Amino acid sequence: MFVVASVLPGSVGRAILGPFALQESVDQINKELGVNGSLYSQYFRWISHAIRGDFGDSYKFQGPVTDYLASAFWSSTKLAVLTLIIVVPIGILGGAIAALRKDQASDRIITVTGLSLAVTPEFAIGIVLILFFAVKLRWVPAGGSADGSIIDQFKVLILPAVTLSATLFGYIARMTRAGTIEALASDYTRTAELKGLSRSRVLGVHVLRNALLPTIAVLASQMSYLLGGLLVTETMFNYKGLGLLIANAANDRDIPMLMAAVFVVGTFAMIMTLIADVITAWLNPRIRFGSHV
Amino acid sequence: MNSETKPIAKTPSQEMRSQLLKSKTFLLGNLGVAFWAICAIAPGLIVNRDPAEQNLIKKWTHPFTDGFVLGTDRSGRDVLSRAIYGAREIMFIAPAATILGVVVGVMLGLVMGYLGRVVDDILSRIIEALISLPVILVALLALTVLDAGRATIIGVIGFLFAPLIARTVRAAVLAERNLDYVRCAELSGENSLYVMFVEILPNIFGPIIVEFTVRLGYAVFTMAGLSFIGFGTQPGSPDWGRTIFDERTSLLSNVWWPSIIPAIALASLVVSINLIADAIQGVVDK
Repeated sequence: MFVVASVLPGSVGRAILGPFALQESVDQINKELGVNGSLYSQYFRWISHAIRGDFGDSYKFQGPVTDYLASAFWSSTKLAVLTLIIVVPIGILGGAIAALRKDQASDRIITVTGLSLAVTPEFAIGIVLILFFAVKLRWVPAGGSADGSIIDQFKVLILPAVTLSATLFGYIARMTRAGTIEALASDYTRTAELKGLSRSRVLGVHVLRNALLPTIAVLASQMSYLLGGLLVTETMFNYKGLGLLIANAANDRDIPMLMAAVFVVGTFAMIMTLIADVITAWLNPRIRFGSHV
Repeated sequence: MNSETKPIAKTPSQEMRSQLLKSKTFLLGNLGVAFWAICAIAPGLIVNRDPAEQNLIKKWTHPFTDGFVLGTDRSGRDVLSRAIYGAREIMFIAPAATILGVVVGVMLGLVMGYLGRVVDDILSRIIEALISLPVILVALLALTVLDAGRATIIGVIGFLFAPLIARTVRAAVLAERNLDYVRCAELSGENSLYVMFVEILPNIFGPIIVEFTVRLGYAVFTMAGLSFIGFGTQPGSPDWGRTIFDERTSLLSNVWWPSIIPAIALASLVVSINLIADAIQGVVDK
């Protein structure tokens, strides 16, 4: 975050006024915006305000950044939560099926499809979904903001959520598959089978519980992909969340807005990584903090 | 390779090569990438219409009419030509960025894995911090502040991929560094650079090739996303990401071809790269 924030202030005045402006005007606007002085003092001033929730005023909207940020954050949270509700169960199921049919046709199909979807940009998937479900079938709107009744909100959210899910499915399925294969080959699974436990009990209690460990870890690391995906997906569906806010702020050179939004997303990504580490350590007694393998 | 005259055991790399050539996904993937590479180098061989030529009277011509095989867009430009020419920018930037990332990442990974201790600890912490942020977001920030030319995009994507590659290379080096051949080279008095680059590097070539193909897919993904948001390509460029952004509203008038065609082109490229990566990974892992 420090690296990112320190890259940012660059020449804000130059960015606003364009390459042909006089150096004096550039200096003046830099002074007005408080982006003169050393990088370190700028950074310190910015971060000390940011911690108190004061990100300054947006250049474009001429109002406090925080107001726009809060509603965008809430919109993005709704989208992210619906995405996870869709993709986590399907991804785990897909991965488990692939593992149980390892090296058979259905395994290959799930693995290759999942990986292909994961590298296909969100907008390429999104545009096909819009064509079929919004334009041809007219089931849901092609985009817009989620407000009104729960059903209306769901209709707006479902296409972007499915788009993001398609990208994330491959990772979750792959990790579950790897975890399940490892668990299936383990001694405790053999012991459980030899004890005469039913197949479903062996799978449910012994295999899946251990297989989900790496999945949880990957899920949290994928949060950064999900957050990155919001940028493109929200732009595609014109959904007013953090992603669209960042894309617009970058295009408008609205630096305070951009920095604030990135600060929020960056902090969120780091917290998720931390939570993932804690959960992994808690679930798995073999992993201890500070121990080098 | 002529297996009939040489029935003796193949070297591991020959073995890998012959396994790869038997893999259908590998061949299919190469076919796709080769096609787009030809489109990028010599688009004139495949289509003869100028992708920038406007003709407003022929706006939104349906596919297969008036000699426009895939129709025209909102400015009456030929969709097929634009899809073919659209490969140019991305087929240059993505490989260049990936090569940069691999070169930097391999050097970092070798140093971290081989020298270990303090160097490794410091670099590992920096890498963890960089990795936890979404790549496209950091790239967007850098492009907002820096001049958004080609060199910047290549540099930014390459720089952001380097830590991810370094992590993989480091793990591969750790597996090699205590093997006999490394010890042997050390005992015969070779310096660290020689051991890293001449002894270890050739032996971790497999994971590096896998990493290269996987990252190439992500470079296309990232570049397309940036272009879609409006960074990295000029307005009016036939680049797929930008075209989809410009033409996405045509969909609402039931005009699908100007946006769906470049989406298919983009998907076919990333899936092809991915098929190659998957096939190589399968062979290297064995």
